[in-house]
Amino acid sequence: MQEYRSSVDSELPRLPKSPTGIEGLDEITEGGLPEGRPTLICGSAGCGKTLMGIEFLVRGIQNYNEPGVLMAFEETAPELAANVASLGFDLVDLQARKMLRVDHVHVDRSEIEETGEYDLEGLFIRLGHAIDSIGAKRVVLDTIEALFSGFPNQGVLRSEIRRLFRWLKDKGVTTIITAERGDGTLTRQGLEEYVSDCVILLDNRVIDQITTRRLRIVKYRGSTHGTNEYPYLITQDGISVLPVTSLKLDHPISNNIMSSGIPALDEMFGMRGFYQGSSVLITGTAGTAKTTLAAAFAEEVCQQGQRCLLFAFEESPQQLLRNMKSVEIDLASHVASGLLRIEASRPTINGLEQHLVTLHRLVKEFKPDAVVIDPITNLITVGNIAEVRSMLTRLIDFLKVSGITGLFTALVSGRGQQQEMTDEGVSSLVDTWISVRDLEGIGERNRGLSILKSRGMAHSNQVREFVVTEHGIELLDVVVGPTGIVTGASRLTQQLQEHAQTLAAQQETDRRDRELERRRRVLEANIANLRTEFESVEEELRQINTDAQNRQETLTSGHQRIAAANPPRRDAPASGEKN
Amino acid sequence: MDPLLDPAEFPEEPTGPEYLLHLYITGATPNSTRAVRNIKDICEEHLKGRYELLIVDVYQQPELAQEKDLIGVPTLIKMRPGLVRRMVGDFSDRERVLKALGVTPPTSLL
Repeated sequence: MQEYRSSVDSELPRLPKSPTGIEGLDEITEGGLPEGRPTLICGSAGCGKTLMGIEFLVRGIQNYNEPGVLMAFEETAPELAANVASLGFDLVDLQARKMLRVDHVHVDRSEIEETGEYDLEGLFIRLGHAIDSIGAKRVVLDTIEALFSGFPNQGVLRSEIRRLFRWLKDKGVTTIITAERGDGTLTRQGLEEYVSDCVILLDNRVIDQITTRRLRIVKYRGSTHGTNEYPYLITQDGISVLPVTSLKLDHPISNNIMSSGIPALDEMFGMRGFYQGSSVLITGTAGTAKTTLAAAFAEEVCQQGQRCLLFAFEESPQQLLRNMKSVEIDLASHVASGLLRIEASRPTINGLEQHLVTLHRLVKEFKPDAVVIDPITNLITVGNIAEVRSMLTRLIDFLKVSGITGLFTALVSGRGQQQEMTDEGVSSLVDTWISVRDLEGIGERNRGLSILKSRGMAHSNQVREFVVTEHGIELLDVVVGPTGIVTGASRLTQQLQEHAQTLAAQQETDRRDRELERRRRVLEANIANLRTEFESVEEELRQINTDAQNRQETLTSGHQRIAAANPPRRDAPASGEKN
Repeated sequence: MDPLLDPAEFPEEPTGPEYLLHLYITGATPNSTRAVRNIKDICEEHLKGRYELLIVDVYQQPELAQEKDLIGVPTLIKMRPGLVRRMVGDFSDRERVLKALGVTPPTSLL
């Protein structure tokens, strides 16, 4: 709220407002009730008008140190104190600390005799004295129309009540007046709504046997405000108003990436995972391992040392832990270490708003980095689609604003109207949408996973088959057959065929290699033959040469001997000369 | 019933007059001045010597407003005799005042 106010502040002067401290109401009213002016809260019986008034006072004292006066026409001070004690409001203590004054105005027609003209100055004096004695800034009048039952003179009352509103404004106190809702009008007397500067209508309606309380701001002089009907709850901490959606879309974003817990799935995303603080939706028909995917994510979150809050609407925590252990997703150790918290409840245990409030409360308590809801569609059993949608919108919005990564699973029914609910419902709100489905072929079912959208990053367009093994979820490699991507038995067949083909190709290659080898060997044999032949020829020729040389030498030596015996003449040619 | 209005809280003085009336007014507003004049007239006429009238200006003692559970002003609280009764208005309706006070006007006086 604080940040909201600061972000809305502009150059223009704004109507001063008095924050109520009531969860959600200050957002809708953009800061609180008009300061120093009267506000009317009207509604039928059991709406929590008195409670809202008292909470306004108590929060004012506790959070803003503004003393308050409660003027009760219907219940006595001890009754009021007892009624709100269960919410932790200690009216007696606040009165003792002079922060609160409770004045019970007893109006009983049988005790009052009208004997002429009068005014309600007594009431003014009482109120004025109460305000001045503790310096009150806030006043609650619960329920002023009780005066009409005590004083029959309508004319006097109407003018006096008008005067009271004027007087309260002049006093500068922020006032809440409660009133019963009339038939077709906001109040029985049809007066208060015109003299109040702000009118808040509380409504308690039953649709399909489920009660929903709703709040609407009918008018707010001098200020803009949320105009929708907002569900509100009376919780153990008081009133909690849930804005249908946050009024702005300016939550901070993160560039951090969180892994999905399945490496192969991460590979399908351009950024290898989800953005932190984004919302992820996993839709699928029954038995497509949505819960397993969610659990894998939860485990991954915890393994990164972050905190994860898991809402299980189908299984008890023990069952979930056991089932996930069978696929080697060990959640139990994370539960033990306190990083993982599993909240299991039947959707029907509460109304939708109660679920939302429980979630808000747990998120505030546990401060998780990621929230997993499995499945969101089960909530439909509690309300109709429109209500569930608005609740989910608020839920996703809340998580986004808090910067918490949200992962939801959703069951889609049947093939024909697939994504019927999520399509209109939350798909526009989620950032990443993963679809898991049955790929039914001849005689078998396979699981296929695809990414329908992923804001802010590229993603794979393939339908990947995945199997749940004893070691978790495994995405299988894409096998492309003659007619596209094939799965299951066809994939196996395809793989076998491919294997056979590869084998055949390998064998062919081997065969060719062997042929080559053989040829090489033949060639080498031929070469050896030729070499041998050549060697023998060479040998022969060498032999002939040697023989010739020997002969020559023998001849030469013979000549020399002859020459030695017959010395040559001086002019005789030198040795070697043939005769 | 508010215990403050219980007659037991205001023990009767044995010597006090028969009628004990408390009139709460707010300063000198027209209603208040008329009320004072009217009630004095009525008392003098019908209860002469038998009544005690206490007039309180609530502006002077604002805490009394809550104490006495005042809403409309002027208010007359009949403390005695019998049950405590409250009347609001300027007492211009004499019939009702006398009825509420439990005084039956002697026919001779009418």
